[in-house]
Amino acid sequence: MDQNLYNYLLMLGDNSMILGHRLSELCGHGPSLETDIALTNISLDLFGQVRNIFQYAAKLNDQESSEDSIAFLRNERQHYNCILVEQPNTDFAHVILRQYLFDQFQLLQLNFLLQSKDEQLKAIAAKSIKETKYHIRFSSEWCKRLGQGTEISHNKITTALELLYPFCNEFFETTEVEKEMMERGIGPNLEELRVQYFDNVTTLLNEAGLSIPQTPFRVSGGKHGRHSEHLGYILAEFQYMQKTYPNMQW
Amino acid sequence: MSPEINLEEQFQARIDAGQKIEPKDWMPEKYRKTHIRQISQHAHSEVVGMLPEGNWITRAPSLRRKVGLLAKVQDEAGHGLYLYSAAETLGISRDEMYEQLHTGKAKYSSIFNYPTLSWADIGAIGWLVDGAAIINQVMLTRTSFGPYARAMVRICKEESFHQRQGYEIMLGLAKGTPEQKEMAQDALNRFWWPSLMMFGPRDEDSPNTAQSVKWKIKRKTNDELRQQFVDITVPQAEFLGLSIPDPTLQWNEERGHYDFGEIDWNEFWQVVKGNGPCNKERLAARVDAWEEGAWVRDAAMAYAEWKEKEKIKKAV
Repeated sequence: MDQNLYNYLLMLGDNSMILGHRLSELCGHGPSLETDIALTNISLDLFGQVRNIFQYAAKLNDQESSEDSIAFLRNERQHYNCILVEQPNTDFAHVILRQYLFDQFQLLQLNFLLQSKDEQLKAIAAKSIKETKYHIRFSSEWCKRLGQGTEISHNKITTALELLYPFCNEFFETTEVEKEMMERGIGPNLEELRVQYFDNVTTLLNEAGLSIPQTPFRVSGGKHGRHSEHLGYILAEFQYMQKTYPNMQW
Repeated sequence: MSPEINLEEQFQARIDAGQKIEPKDWMPEKYRKTHIRQISQHAHSEVVGMLPEGNWITRAPSLRRKVGLLAKVQDEAGHGLYLYSAAETLGISRDEMYEQLHTGKAKYSSIFNYPTLSWADIGAIGWLVDGAAIINQVMLTRTSFGPYARAMVRICKEESFHQRQGYEIMLGLAKGTPEQKEMAQDALNRFWWPSLMMFGPRDEDSPNTAQSVKWKIKRKTNDELRQQFVDITVPQAEFLGLSIPDPTLQWNEERGHYDFGEIDWNEFWQVVKGNGPCNKERLAARVDAWEEGAWVRDAAMAYAEWKEKEKIKKAV
């Protein structure tokens, strides 16, 4: 098996899966029916991407494996998502900002993957990028609404920004796996994406009347399987059925 | 004859002729009020109905099931939206309707005051609860008030998809391991009677039925609809190999229908009055979402106003 490609797929899939899970927690509890529908829609898109990626990963894997065994049967240390996406739904400002900070990265990443040397990833990116363009339209518009709306909303999104922004550097910390993917023309050069990312984020935050926090970036580790304490609880819930009733069809 | 009586006769003649009543048409005040009540309660049911199923989204057993359930709950939010819009055409705002829900003035379907305790409940709700809802809603596609009838056509299409999805979940469980089958049977045991209650009180205890039939809001009585549901559902349970928790249930050759046992009307009224297993939690979840969302809605409003001013400034 092409182990590095497999691990790369897990990284891509885990970001969408854990963020999709966080959004799915909100279904039925949004601040309005319209935002509830929109956030659920984003969650659905992310899980759709997860399925495409994990079905492909399952094919690569020689052993018996499926989208569900990959999604539900790994422990905390075998997940490779960035730590940003596992942060809790503290309030709507955190939800929106977390989404925007991820969408901006995902858009740049997918944009590269449209030219990936891996045909399957290329096809997945072509489908996913349309969805991500919609997601970023939603999340960036809401960043502006909250940033420029009322004093309360401005303060709330400022608090969210101070907490979440320091996680963003992790997207660009190139692991061995990502380095090899870049060399093979499968994945992007993350250093190149970094500049574009922070330019775009700065522009949006300015439009939203927010300033870049001066807090240093956090020490990270998600892409190496070292997570925040949140992930364990997410997985306990997410994997509940598969762990309680192993080897069954649903 | 007063002009009012004349108008009312003309109105009834239109309904009798099968014409649709549209929002700007003259209508008796009671017709308007009845529709506001019924459509808004229907909308509330869709929105509160998101909660018991939403309870299993994060724990769905496979990616395919998770996506199916997310989409289903999202459809319900969409149904809530069309229905609130249909009610708004009668001169009430969405905020007023929410207010009525949150203060307990408006009801929603009692079925959603029962808890979802296992994954099989998601199958049972799709199969039984959506099944019962469809029977009511198919009738409503021909109701006299145009916006409601049209909303129902669209909603029914999605509901029948949900029902098939629910039945398919049940089928998988019923043909699965003994543990899965037990889970399915337990869900049927808990949701059977509450599903029969969805059709409302017995005809003799349902004072509004006659007027509703006259206005074609209802075309069949509660008991007729309930019988129709039982007749359709019993063979489906047999196909699953599950038993309906009613020892008196049997086919009546003479009537051409199933005979079935008496609903626990005490439980029915208790849940209607707010004392069901989850009434407090369901309402609290809606009130919390609304109150915690206030600052978000305020921000959106303030931002829209600011943008509008900017636009005018530029134009000047």
